[in-house]
Amino acid sequence: MQNRAKFGVGIGVIVVAMSFLAWLGYGESKTYYHTIAEYQTLSASERAHRMRLAGTVAEGSIKRGSGRVDFTLEEQGKTLPITYVGSDPLPDTFKDKSQALVEGRPGSDGRFVAEHVQAKCASKYEAAPGGDKPAPAGTTQRSSM
Amino acid sequence: MDVFGSFTLLLAFVCAVYALVGGIAAIITRHPLLVKSTRQAGIATCVLIFIATFSLEYLLFTDNFSQAYVVSHSNRDLSAFYKVAALWSGQEGSLLFWSFLLSVYVISVLIAYRNKNGELMPYVGVVLAGVQTFFLTLNNFVESPFKTLATVNASGVLEPFTRMDGNGLNPLLQYPEMVIHPPNLYSGYTGFTIPFAFALAALLARYPGEKWIHLTRKWTMIAWCFQSVGILLGAHWAYAVLGWGGYWGWDPVENASLLPWLTGTAFLHSVMMQEKRGMMKVWNVWLVFCTFMLCILGTFLTRSGVVSSVHAFANSQIGPWFVGFLGLTLVVCFVAYIKNRDYLKSENQLDSMISRESSFLFNNLLFLVACIAVLSGTLFPVFTDWFTPSRISVGAPFFNKIMIPIGLALLFLTGVGPLLAWRKTSADSLKRNFGWPLLFGFLFAVLAYVFDYRNAYSLVCLFLCGFVFWTIVMEYYRGAKVISARTGMGLLMSAHELAMRNTRRYGGYVVHFGMVLIFIGLAGSAFNTDVQRTMNLGDSMKLGPYTLVLQSADTKPEKNYTAQRMIVEVLKDNKQLMMLYPEKRAFQGRDQQNGTMVAIYSTLREDVYVVFAGMDPDTNTPVIHAFLNPLVKWIWLGGVWVVMGTLLALMPNSRATLAVAAVPQTASSPIAQALNPSVTLREGHD
Repeated sequence: MQNRAKFGVGIGVIVVAMSFLAWLGYGESKTYYHTIAEYQTLSASERAHRMRLAGTVAEGSIKRGSGRVDFTLEEQGKTLPITYVGSDPLPDTFKDKSQALVEGRPGSDGRFVAEHVQAKCASKYEAAPGGDKPAPAGTTQRSSM
Repeated sequence: MDVFGSFTLLLAFVCAVYALVGGIAAIITRHPLLVKSTRQAGIATCVLIFIATFSLEYLLFTDNFSQAYVVSHSNRDLSAFYKVAALWSGQEGSLLFWSFLLSVYVISVLIAYRNKNGELMPYVGVVLAGVQTFFLTLNNFVESPFKTLATVNASGVLEPFTRMDGNGLNPLLQYPEMVIHPPNLYSGYTGFTIPFAFALAALLARYPGEKWIHLTRKWTMIAWCFQSVGILLGAHWAYAVLGWGGYWGWDPVENASLLPWLTGTAFLHSVMMQEKRGMMKVWNVWLVFCTFMLCILGTFLTRSGVVSSVHAFANSQIGPWFVGFLGLTLVVCFVAYIKNRDYLKSENQLDSMISRESSFLFNNLLFLVACIAVLSGTLFPVFTDWFTPSRISVGAPFFNKIMIPIGLALLFLTGVGPLLAWRKTSADSLKRNFGWPLLFGFLFAVLAYVFDYRNAYSLVCLFLCGFVFWTIVMEYYRGAKVISARTGMGLLMSAHELAMRNTRRYGGYVVHFGMVLIFIGLAGSAFNTDVQRTMNLGDSMKLGPYTLVLQSADTKPEKNYTAQRMIVEVLKDNKQLMMLYPEKRAFQGRDQQNGTMVAIYSTLREDVYVVFAGMDPDTNTPVIHAFLNPLVKWIWLGGVWVVMGTLLALMPNSRATLAVAAVPQTASSPIAQALNPSVTLREGHD
């Protein structure tokens, strides 16, 4: 019985420690998904979150400046101006009318400030098998691993 | 050929259903003729699937652009090499490829064991036929690869038509690794079906003895090997093609391939508890069940895009089918377990906290926690979507926070476990076994510190790598010394002889050594650096100890695409080392899609990883993004050792010579018995 108790403690320590780490990691990296329509109705506190938005890049809206790229995302008739400030080059597939997924936070001037942009071509594209990414060309995310 | 192909697929479905239904009838009636005919139906299913797969390849090779699948995934200019790969580059084809690989396994099992394991095989056949029936349902009725193009003509009638050329293969897949990575990963995914079938069959048949657990273990090792290679090739592809400087991004699809690997690895360890001590039987059976279900889940995540389909990205019809199949599998496993749970009663109890058993227990606990963490992180958006008003995802920090400590703890156990005795280990033997490895690990960490690898996790990791490495060396050395003393052979020959006599144990150590190398590589990731600059011809930039000079640029038209190449010279201490050619490829066909080719100068110390990121739109000068990634090469080297170790472990043991067989069995030294694998003492020190 004493052995069982020891194992119980060992297992408990591991589970508690891992839950704590999971909670830390969750706080650091949680990201909300919103549609552009939803985004426009968010409350001030909800706007403080990190979030991901998806839409289609409006035709002719891409303007490249120094250190930033401005463009507009469209989804079901709603539009949202985006400023990309990330350090990674924009993916090859990022162009007019491509579908894009942006990740970042709302800026102060009504523009959404994106740190990451994933994009895929508007044409029919299927995820590749195996360890492939759903939107491989567009992946500009990186991890520290 | 397309009608022929879809006909053979339909026939395969019929055979699979017969093998399933007839198989159940055969188990109930025990009629020998029925047993035989269902086995032959199983074999016929496989052969028909082979024929259907070759039909699709034939259509691809003959550029038959009346076929929807051929149009979507191939074109005339595509090289033969990639036409083979086009088979698995789309949804329908890759599901057919799943069936194909599963059939390779099934036909091997049905033929190899046709006269063996009499009572067990009908059950195995039924389980396999069940899985095949599911995939053939998808192949035939949901995602058929043999669809022809058709258009509605003026009078409102459907009319077939043929396109002049196809859309071509996705440029990202036009890379040699994309031809070998999916078959490996898929062989892993499908391969776990065999251990699942054996475990479920043994439980249903209440099959006596330990034979089934050996079979399960052997087939798990084969699938595990493919899965490991598949994961590593995928990581290498991401590294060499995607151009973001890393190899693992905790992407849902990557995670999906890791999940069954984690439970499979846990099983390969805990199965020893069952073989040696008759413990953890329930746990093992469920690990095998879970591994299979995670494979199905992984295929589902990869194929359906349920996680990544963030409102917009790829959707598919196969989702409900997979969920249904997963649910059914779970119910079958659960019922089989409830009905036969007394069959899995444990024969022994845990004796001590410091014992081999306990190290396996914690090993399994860690693998399980890792699996749950990756699974919940991956499915987080789905769960929050269901249970809360918002959809929330978690990113790399979440996974890294949990997985790095777990990885290190597992690495620690890799070193400790094999040195602990079964049942109970004395403090004295701890001192004797761990002194040198600890010292060696410490020296390794000091060396790393001197070479500027100063990061807490990395130092701990390198310390453990040194520690584990030395325990492996000692295990080989001690065993080889005993053989050498008895036979007079040299130490190296003796070490070889040692490994051949107990391939499983010493193959396992080789796999562990491979993991050590992989961990060395992972430790390097804390020190990645990068620079990005707009460069004119002749400009240079510093990257760590290296200088990169943009020498020139050129354009190279190829059959299928046009490449824009940057020619970058790499210098170190003003000496020329290497020319690198990062490119951008503009592909014809698919809406002028682009591809990036990364150029890598790889050494054991570090990789110089250069990406041509495109032209600066303001100045029209090239932008070069360069990364310095230390120790990455060790990961790929480690992979090679993992494969070699697994192959060694799969080899049959060679017979021990008489001289060694004479070693008294009562010896308490673990080596004496390691030398003589024919000893199957339940409580031996293996």
